[in-house]
Formats: sequence, structure tokens, C-alpha cells
Amino acid sequence: MAANPTGVGGHEYGYAKTTRTDKWWVGPAATAFGLGLWLIYYVWSAAQGDYYAAGPYMSPFYPFYLHPSEAGMGASDAFFGMNPAWWPALISPALIAGFAPGAFRITCYYYRKAYYRAFFGTPPGCAVGARPQDYRGETFLLVFQNLHRYALYGALLLLPYLYWEAFQSFRYHGEWGVGVGSIVMVLNSVFLTFYTLGCHAWRHLVGGQLNCFSCGAVPRLRYGAWKGVSRLNENHMKWAWTSLIWIAFTDIYIRLVSMGVITDLNTWGGF
Amino acid sequence: MANRTIRIWRGDQSGGQFEEYTVDVGEGMVVLDVIHLAQMHHANDMAVRWNCKAGKCGSCSMEINGKPKLGCMTRMGDYEADEIITVQPMKSFPVIRDLVTDVSWNYRQNERITPFTPRPRDADGNWRMYTEDVERTQEFRKCIECFLCQNTCHVLRDHDKRDQFVGPRFMIRIAQLDMHPLDTVDRIPATKEEYGAGYCNITRCCTEVCPEHINITDNGIIPMKERIVSRYYDPITMLARKLFGGK
Repeated sequence: MAANPTGVGGHEYGYAKTTRTDKWWVGPAATAFGLGLWLIYYVWSAAQGDYYAAGPYMSPFYPFYLHPSEAGMGASDAFFGMNPAWWPALISPALIAGFAPGAFRITCYYYRKAYYRAFFGTPPGCAVGARPQDYRGETFLLVFQNLHRYALYGALLLLPYLYWEAFQSFRYHGEWGVGVGSIVMVLNSVFLTFYTLGCHAWRHLVGGQLNCFSCGAVPRLRYGAWKGVSRLNENHMKWAWTSLIWIAFTDIYIRLVSMGVITDLNTWGGF
Repeated sequence: MANRTIRIWRGDQSGGQFEEYTVDVGEGMVVLDVIHLAQMHHANDMAVRWNCKAGKCGSCSMEINGKPKLGCMTRMGDYEADEIITVQPMKSFPVIRDLVTDVSWNYRQNERITPFTPRPRDADGNWRMYTEDVERTQEFRKCIECFLCQNTCHVLRDHDKRDQFVGPRFMIRIAQLDMHPLDTVDRIPATKEEYGAGYCNITRCCTEVCPEHINITDNGIIPMKERIVSRYYDPITMLARKLFGGK
């Protein structure tokens, strides 16, 4: 027997203090690295305003542009026309277009866990000391998190556009075909759909808010929808990361093809 | 049999210390078995709460190598053969003695919740419910009240907001009642104001430590937070309620 005097219960107190002996910090550190890296790439790519299109492919970071014309990409192809002269060059359409999906991810119930742990230390891990503060949860400054469903509406509006772009990627110079980029873009739309439709707010809206699923034909239909969304919701974290990584990969792929660094394999014989 | 060392916190509210015990551990033993061996051979005055040894009574909640767990469901085989296992009482509740804590605060929270209040019976004297209406609340009924979720919740554990937040165990009790097709109580205002749903920031530790694998966060707390959003923060649903009625 050996004795070491301690405080009550032998517990550690203070930020990130714990008696856990496992590598609890790996998860939050990996999250901070992954989210941080993604954010840096997104801001760089979105602010650059170049190399966002190649052949029939359009980067998902640039959804406010129409399909690029034969003349190439540029403001003349933009859905809303050219930017006015006074518009700051750094605020590209991609940065503006990123607002809705960005808000959707920031207020997402999965990402809240991820960044509260990884960046804000509230708490950094389970049974690991939280950052000392006058904790108010999501009742004060963070009360905006309650508007997640409005961010969802914005994200839902973007989905058809992404599918339209994916559909367009099978047609180049009036000729139907397929390329690696087409498949990359379709997968991007699918992954984003799985992530968006697995949303907790969506799950509530489609049926979760009901207490009686058996009370009529419409509630029964909503019950079926709720069950389907619940299945996606069980893997919300997986789809959150898959779609996040894939959207960046899609942009990188199209960027590299556009820059001529790699050649897209396709049925059109090149761009 | 193999010699294993277990480090157990011994003491009470006035203080204490870790004490190490070396015992012969057999194949398949759980941490609670090893504590009992230490109690039997070295410290028969050691206090530890236990009952069923089957993960169903929720009595032997403790922190093993810093993780909130049930002693009876944590196998020694999950740890390295030469690893010293550290056992502590739950951090969020006052220590009575050694590994036993006073969890009565939880029972007082339960008393604050309006009990199940069903609508009147049908004309034939029955209450009718369909499987699809009640199946999702069955998950919450698996709760064994071990209070590991309450112990791990940082709102209670680190920020000591016991006056503001009832904790995850009671959020799922509220969800179980609120989602019940026969219940008539409007529980949303109290869930927001009195039970403090807004204090939960969805960091999911409650779900991670639940020995019954109840999806506390996704199926209990978040749906309740969304119901609060519909009531207090979403202008469209607020307008629809004004126009068409309903809760």
C-alpha cells in the first residue's frame, strides 16, 4: 500500500486537467487541424477568383457563376453580371456564395460539438477540465445557434444548383460525354445531399416535431420521412466530414485541370 | 491469475489519498471484482456502492483511469497487463466516503418535472397508442440512472450550473414525456426557462459515457432544443401557430 494526499476524490481541477490516461487530445487536435486547414484553403481559393472552371466543370465554391462559355471563365459569364468597379476584388462571388453553406455548417449540431471541443475548450474532452469562464451555454451570445434551420433553408436552395452543375458537366460543346470531373462533381452533390438531409433541424421539421405519427395520412408520410432522415442523421458526422473534404477535393481537381497541372480523362478527348 | 495493482481513492469530504492494492486478478474479471478483492484482502472498511454486477442497476458509477464508467462493466482485460488502474469517485457529486458519492441532487431534479399527465381515456375506457408513436421514447426508458451522464456533463462538472440546468439524464426524461402521444402537459416553456436546455452546448459527452448506449444528444436533447426553437426563435412557426393554432 502507498498513500499520496490529494483533494477530495483525487480529481484534477483547471483547464484541460484530467486524470484520463488515454490520448483524449488526439480527437480535438485532429479536428482543429482539419477544420483549420480546410478554412485556410477555402478562403484562399474563394478570394482568388481564378481557375474555378475547366471544360464543362465548375468548382462548387463558385455557385453564383453560370456555366462557363467557350470563351472561358470570367465575370462576363457571371449569373448576376459583372461586379461593379467599386466592388473589392477580394470579396469574390465564392465568398458571398459561401455564406449560406458556411452558416449551415457553423450552426450544425455536429460541428458545434467539434469546434466547441477543438477551439473553445468547452470542454476540450469528456471528463477533461473546461476552460474557466462565466459559462452561459447557448443562452446568451451563442443564442444565434437556434437559427440553424434558416441556414438549412439556404443550404437546401443550393442543392438543386449543385445538381444542375453536375448535370452540365456531362455536356461539353453540345456533345454528351463523361469525364472524371463529372463523376467528382456528381459525388460532391450526393455527399452534400446526404449531409444536408441528415440535419437535425431537418429531422425535426420533416416529422420529429410530431407526437402522433399515426394520426392521419400526412403524419404517416412524415413518419416515413422522419425514419429516412433519422438513418442519415445517425451518420451525420461521417457525411459532414465526407462532404467537407470532397467539396475541397472537387475544387482542387478542377483547379488543377484548369491550370493544366493534370489532364482530365474524358470522352471529349481533352478541353 | 496475475498480480495487478489498483489505485483507489480513499477518503471523505475532509480529504483523502490514493492507496494502491495488489491483488490476484483472474481472467474475465471486471474492475468492480478487483475492488472487491482489494476490499476483501486489504481494506475491508472501503466503501463502494454496487448491486447487480450486470450493468442494470446503475450503482457502481465511478471514474476509471479518469473515464466515467460502471465498475461492473469495465473489464480488466481492456487495460495493459502492467497498467496501474486508477479508480476515483464521480467528480460532480459530493463524496460520502471512498468511492461512494451523494447523488441525491438528481432525485430532486426529477421531482421538479411534472409527471406524466395523460389525456382522458377513450369512450371504451382504453388508451390507444400505436407502436410508431411510442417506439422512439422506449430508448429513453433504458436509462438505469447511473448518473454517469450527469457526472460528465461539463455544465455541471466544471461550471457547476446546478441551479440553471437539470442535466442530460433529465433532458431525456423530459423528452420522453414531451414526445409521448398521450401526455397533455406543455413542457416547452419549462424546458427552456426552468430546466435550462440552452445551457447544453451539444458536446455529446453524455452520449459517449452512457453504458446503455442511449443516444441522449441526438434523440433527446437536440429534438427538445428544436422544439424550443419552433416555439421561441423561428418566426415562421410562430406565425403558423398564431394563424392555425397548436402548441
